[in-house]
Amino acid sequence: MLKLDKISKTYRVGTFGGKELHAVNDVSFEIKAGEVVSLIGESGSGKSTIGKMILRLISITSGTISLNGVDISTIKEGATKEYYRKVQGVFQDPFSSYNPIFKADRLFRIIHDEFYPEVKDQDWNEKVENVMKAVGLNPEHVLNKYPHQLSGGQLQRFLIARTLLLDIQFLVADEIISMLDASTRIDVLNLLADLKKSRGLSILFITHDLSLAHYISERAMILYRGNVAEIGSIEKIFNTPLHPYTQMLMASVPRLDKKWDQEISVELNATPSEFSKGCAYFDRCPLAFEKCHEKPPSIEVEIDHSVACWKALENNYVRQIKPVLEIKGGH
Amino acid sequence: MGLQVENLTVYYQTLRGDVHALESTTFSIANGEIMGLAGESGCGKTTLGHGLISMTPPMKYVAGRVLLDNEELPIWDNARMNDFRFKKISIIPQYAMNAMNPIRKIGRMTEELLRSKKVDYQAILPELKRRLDLVKLPHEVLKMYPIELSGGMKQRMVMVLSMLMDPSLLIADEITSALDVASQKAVAEMLVEFRNLGCCKSAIVITHDISILYQIADSILIMYAGQLAEKAATRTIIDAPRHPYTKMLISSLPKVGAKHVDKRLAGIPGKPPLLLNPPVGCRFRDRCPVAFDKCLEVPPFLEVKKDHYVACWKEGEKNA
Amino acid sequence: MKKHKKKNEFLYFTLRNKKLLVGLSIILLFLLLGLIGPMLTHNEPFAYVNPYGAQPPSSEYLFGTTFFGQDIFSQFVRGLRATFLVGAIGGGLGTLIGILIGFTAGYRGGIVDEILNVFTNIVLVIPTFAVLLIIAAYLQVRSVFTECLFIGFTAWPWAARAIRAQTFSLRTRDFVDLARMSGMKSAKIIFTEIAPNMMSYLVMTFILQFGGAILIAATLDFIGLGPTNTVSLGLMMQYSVLWGALQLGMWWWFIPPGLAITAIVGALYSMNVGLDEVFNPKLREM
Repeated sequence: MLKLDKISKTYRVGTFGGKELHAVNDVSFEIKAGEVVSLIGESGSGKSTIGKMILRLISITSGTISLNGVDISTIKEGATKEYYRKVQGVFQDPFSSYNPIFKADRLFRIIHDEFYPEVKDQDWNEKVENVMKAVGLNPEHVLNKYPHQLSGGQLQRFLIARTLLLDIQFLVADEIISMLDASTRIDVLNLLADLKKSRGLSILFITHDLSLAHYISERAMILYRGNVAEIGSIEKIFNTPLHPYTQMLMASVPRLDKKWDQEISVELNATPSEFSKGCAYFDRCPLAFEKCHEKPPSIEVEIDHSVACWKALENNYVRQIKPVLEIKGGH
Repeated sequence: MGLQVENLTVYYQTLRGDVHALESTTFSIANGEIMGLAGESGCGKTTLGHGLISMTPPMKYVAGRVLLDNEELPIWDNARMNDFRFKKISIIPQYAMNAMNPIRKIGRMTEELLRSKKVDYQAILPELKRRLDLVKLPHEVLKMYPIELSGGMKQRMVMVLSMLMDPSLLIADEITSALDVASQKAVAEMLVEFRNLGCCKSAIVITHDISILYQIADSILIMYAGQLAEKAATRTIIDAPRHPYTKMLISSLPKVGAKHVDKRLAGIPGKPPLLLNPPVGCRFRDRCPVAFDKCLEVPPFLEVKKDHYVACWKEGEKNA
Repeated sequence: MKKHKKKNEFLYFTLRNKKLLVGLSIILLFLLLGLIGPMLTHNEPFAYVNPYGAQPPSSEYLFGTTFFGQDIFSQFVRGLRATFLVGAIGGGLGTLIGILIGFTAGYRGGIVDEILNVFTNIVLVIPTFAVLLIIAAYLQVRSVFTECLFIGFTAWPWAARAIRAQTFSLRTRDFVDLARMSGMKSAKIIFTEIAPNMMSYLVMTFILQFGGAILIAATLDFIGLGPTNTVSLGLMMQYSVLWGALQLGMWWWFIPPGLAITAIVGALYSMNVGLDEVFNPKLREM
């Protein structure tokens, strides 16, 4: 349904715009209808940039994004509203998403005025009440209030309700629960899963948290500094991580059921190198060798599991998975 | 030895009245123990951490005693606490790594810091270099500006600085939250390493991320809305918690491997009470599934098993 | 409701801020004087009413008379009117242009911002006096309105820059992105989402422009480039110096207008600082 083909985003930085910052570099993936795909990456990986490009908030430097086969960069000024009827987004900071001087439900009024001006107030209020209940909010408790009178969880639900008013097909959820308390996180996450089931909503779940990604999605993509490291079914990525970065993530993320692997070592003092034509993970990778000066392509090593790493391809890790424990020492 | 906190009560003064941020908290930390302090926003963990070392307005000391190594800390007197700060009790505040003076080289900054505490920089330099080796920082960082270091490196530097005088107690406030995964692991493990080497005797690790505590803390203290809920060994809190809040909190955290389709996790409905006019008795009362009428009275923080404290009438009943 | 309390909070601090109150009182005092003053005296400002020429203040002539026997008080109160007019219209025009350009540059960014920046910088460095001299040579008769236009068209760059900077910072907030995703047009977003958030900033910009316009007008009048058909405070000062008030000790001729200008502009700036404290909680002395 949504397809990204060789998407790149380059910024001009430095004095007189001499240098280039490659926030996103040649990323391709596809999301089908009714699918939840997680975009996993740390800060600086380019995940939010991809989300904003899909939402047409940032321009694309090269490559194409197509929704149901239509290239979104060809959408003219007048047709952008049609696009936003199908694609919407919710962002990380619930309090920043609201204009602090207006009431929270002004958002709904804006949707009415922009998209459904012909709907009468009576019918509209009924519609609003329905979506509020769909996201688990009691209309009496939350309507007519200012953003600072509501909690983070309620504000995020409000934003999800807003997207439901438009009956969207695709939602970009950019770290929507990372600023919420632990006890409310899971409820908002469950809500997303329910919406996927009940409405066939496709969701791009952008996060840095592996366990949340695993909880809610079937497929995932691991992003490192703007490049795709590994992509495919989340079970396969988690059980047999092939890219050294994914392996490092799986070993270093603090978990509640397993103590840290003491053996994994990563080059800690590496300062981010200038953009090289080779693999982005080169300066921190314990397995790097000469071929890594060339950017590795993303190759499918098994059904629904692709990796962009020369070493992984070379050793054909699929058949002989070397235990993570044996990877020692820096380079 | 170690830390003993008795009845510590701290309020925040605001235009609209006092916010009851910390109410009658009593607990202790043994020598050599790394205690995690966890809870959600507004639970009072930052107030507790900062109240122990620096009670600046609008924080208001109301009641309580704090004993460190059997010596009373004059926490109500900011000036007198100066003698203890950095030497006996030290803190790594949240965002410390971003607070380094950007136009001072790290070595110069350290020198000025030590001079203000009447310590000779040259005398302590060999020890400083030894500590830098421990955290895998090259000695050249002393000649660099903060902007030349990555987040992880800055945080490790701050760690070295805060423990330079071998404090008895180190308070670490969210030291891993803004770091990437690899640096997080390194910083957390180095904290344990420092404790093992005696660079600090005990530590309080304040965080909202319980999985980090599972990795490095010996015990965990769970707080809710300014009151203590439960304190026990890490394993116990994660595997066999007894306070209703702890139980619900732990069960709402997805472990790697949990899937929505297999088992749906549940959160805690409702939200924490406002502390301007806090509810009477146990503050978790409104959201608690097993609350009953006795909960209108504040439950005491009782030791239900060796080194396992719970503040809950229901759980206390089981032992009575 | 919280909003009610918030409004009250602003009011609370407004009424307690000495700088704001003192400044406001001074302005209102002069405004009142300018409005009802001309009705208190029946002397025309340029009429030669005193056959004795220059005389210090007396019961008949409140502020005394000029070298030519003109009633200074009459000139003064009418001059006040001109001053406030210039401040309001000239300052208002400058603020308006600054708003239009500042918002557009700040919101659009990119090439539009670059072009507007160049334009702003050019207007900033134009030698205004030189241009005015040329204009003065062509327009034999200049009204207060012309002066307002001139000031408005040359003083806006400061406002534009400030507004552009604020708009830049507000534009990156998520609620602006949300408005874009709701299909709102850029102009609508600027005026319904961004501008209301900057109200305090816009008010303060206007006050600064107001004061600045008065000062510029006074300077222009003093060197003789001001309006030719009305009296203004700056004009009074020009005449007083021209006709030797300083050497002859006719203090009542130049002190009232000079003091008035200083007091008004000073009061405006004081109001501005006070407003800044009201709107920005961090600056309040608590």
